[in-house]
Amino acid sequence: MNINRRQALGLSAGAVAFAATGFSALPALASAEDADKRIADFAGGKTPEAGKLTLTAPEIAENGNTVPISVSVDSAMEGDDVVEEVMILAEGNPNPDVATFRFSEASGTAAATTRMRLAKTQNVIAVARMKDGTTYIDKKEVKVTIGGCGG
Amino acid sequence: MFSRREFLMAGAALSAVAGPALVGQWSRAAAQQKLGENDLLDFDAFGNVTLVHVTDIHAQLMPVYFREPSVNLGVGAAAGLPPHVTGADFLKLYGIEPHSPHAYALTSEDFSALARSYGKMGGLDRIAAIIKRIRAERGDNTLLLDGGDTWQGSYTSLKTNGQDMVTAMNALEPDAMTGHWEFTYGADRVTEIIDELPFAFLGGNIYDAEWNEPAFEAYKMFERGGVKVAVLGQAFPYTPIANPRWMFPNWSFGIREEDVAANVAEARADGAELVVLLSHNGFDVDRALASRVEGIDVILTGHTHDALPEPVLVGKTLLIASGSHGKFVTRLDVDVQDGAMKGFRHRLIPVFSDVIAPDAEMTKLVGELRAPYADELKRELARTDALLYRRGNFNGTFDDLICQALLDVREADIALSPGFRWGTSVLPGQAITVEDLHNACAMTYPAAYRSTMSGETIKTILEDVADNLFNEDPYYQQGGDMVRVGGMGYAIDPGQTMGNRISGMTLLKTGEAVEASRDYTVAGWASVNEATEGPPIWDVVEEYLTRNPLVQLEENRSVKVAG
Repeated sequence: MNINRRQALGLSAGAVAFAATGFSALPALASAEDADKRIADFAGGKTPEAGKLTLTAPEIAENGNTVPISVSVDSAMEGDDVVEEVMILAEGNPNPDVATFRFSEASGTAAATTRMRLAKTQNVIAVARMKDGTTYIDKKEVKVTIGGCGG
Repeated sequence: MFSRREFLMAGAALSAVAGPALVGQWSRAAAQQKLGENDLLDFDAFGNVTLVHVTDIHAQLMPVYFREPSVNLGVGAAAGLPPHVTGADFLKLYGIEPHSPHAYALTSEDFSALARSYGKMGGLDRIAAIIKRIRAERGDNTLLLDGGDTWQGSYTSLKTNGQDMVTAMNALEPDAMTGHWEFTYGADRVTEIIDELPFAFLGGNIYDAEWNEPAFEAYKMFERGGVKVAVLGQAFPYTPIANPRWMFPNWSFGIREEDVAANVAEARADGAELVVLLSHNGFDVDRALASRVEGIDVILTGHTHDALPEPVLVGKTLLIASGSHGKFVTRLDVDVQDGAMKGFRHRLIPVFSDVIAPDAEMTKLVGELRAPYADELKRELARTDALLYRRGNFNGTFDDLICQALLDVREADIALSPGFRWGTSVLPGQAITVEDLHNACAMTYPAAYRSTMSGETIKTILEDVADNLFNEDPYYQQGGDMVRVGGMGYAIDPGQTMGNRISGMTLLKTGEAVEASRDYTVAGWASVNEATEGPPIWDVVEEYLTRNPLVQLEENRSVKVAG
């Protein structure tokens, strides 16, 4: 029973978050699909792997209008081990595109920091594509909350 | 010499409180209990470093009554684990005799009766006496660490902008502290205090919001007993969310696990043989952190106000929970050899104010700090027939009183009162003084607002707070308890997910269901929004008490816990 509920939860996390903030569930699903489509395009149809790429974001946003996030890829940035692009998506925003960072050997390291607006609680997704076409993914749920009752 | 300070569990105390039904138990307890100062403080010193931990004192300079929670549910991996064990289960888990001093100190069982026998707990002069004795025994091997929530929570701390606590704590000479409610005095005041602080204010997870870089010292290296000890500070990660961000707009917080790991690694590289995290994360967050970040020997937990008589071991990390409001002091002796912790001896010292002889210098200092406010502190507002307390996941009687005052004085349909875990207890039959009331609500954003909210908005608020408390992932938990609700009943299933926990919202005065699209008049206080208007909550409660000089409360049955 518990396991079933958890499985169900995992599958519908985006929709659940929407329902809670009083938005219609429909655009949430559309946007999550948008994000999936962008990942597929970015990765050339392959399924991105976990590892190498680290997305750092707060668990709970202090201010949904300006959420600081960072990405970094564990890469030598020379030879075949070069990061070409890192794409950042906000699955639950009306438009999931946040930023795409392009790198080269001259970058030295593949790391970037930016701030983004989050309409509500949702997954932030980073996908990195290497020179050899390998792709990596990292994901973090960022909660956007009313706050005010802790203590 | 200590006879005066031993508990005399004699007939006088017994007959004064317990009814005939309890006499048997009490007699048995009486025969077993005789506790003196040395019983609490005698400690067979161990190893080469002694850590002394106090946390969440909430500005309580004087001994207090403080009832621990009877309901403290854990979710996910923490379900059923300490600190989510209460009452008789707690006593059984730790092998504590019912009605014993430790049972009184650590649980809510028979609180009112036991409080009359065992008396108040805490008091900074008793804490000072304990610390002096430990220092006398252990000298330079000692580190005194304060987990924060020290400067806020009383009438005098509010009136002095935290200065009374700063002055008193400075006299204790801590080695480091971190913070949470400290920040509600505003960035300017906090900076002013920290600039003058004769010890380290640590917070590796506090960033400059504009530059996104560390704004506070992350850790400090000490040498104690020939051991290099790194103390890392971790402020409450959700301070700008749980409290008004506009009061310290240039500081950003967060758990920042990767920074904790980096600072631990840096401290180790710098030669630290013992790594201590002085944390205001909350217990479940620290338990998760300990399982994910390597190299921390001891986490001195705080924020969630848990008092545990034994450390919780996660991997190789000891988690210490030292309670709140000055009720307890933790002494942890550790033996560090060849750069590793080889063993420990631990005691959660209950600060029984009638057992531990106060330190005269601190008694004098506290007296001086309180003297300008003495008349107001003791001014009686009403009497209570009920035990007033705050702790509990869903309600507390002091909050029932506050909600009743909001409904009545602010003429609202529904009242909301934040689920704070600070605030002391008042025993049945006692007067409610200005000091008691302020212990439950002294803070820098006390405006009691009155506004209109739709049923849907009210549900969203309840769901939001419930997820802050019951999210299965501790990193998303903010501590505190469920927002207290007056005038409305509801059902909650903590094991559910965001948006699905709250149901059956019912307006109590009519018995009608709360409708999503209908508007209701809601009164509340402690809004995190800037420029919230309304009288301070203590004025609202005082007005109510003036009209209702005897507080009588029905058992609160308006929250149904399902699942």
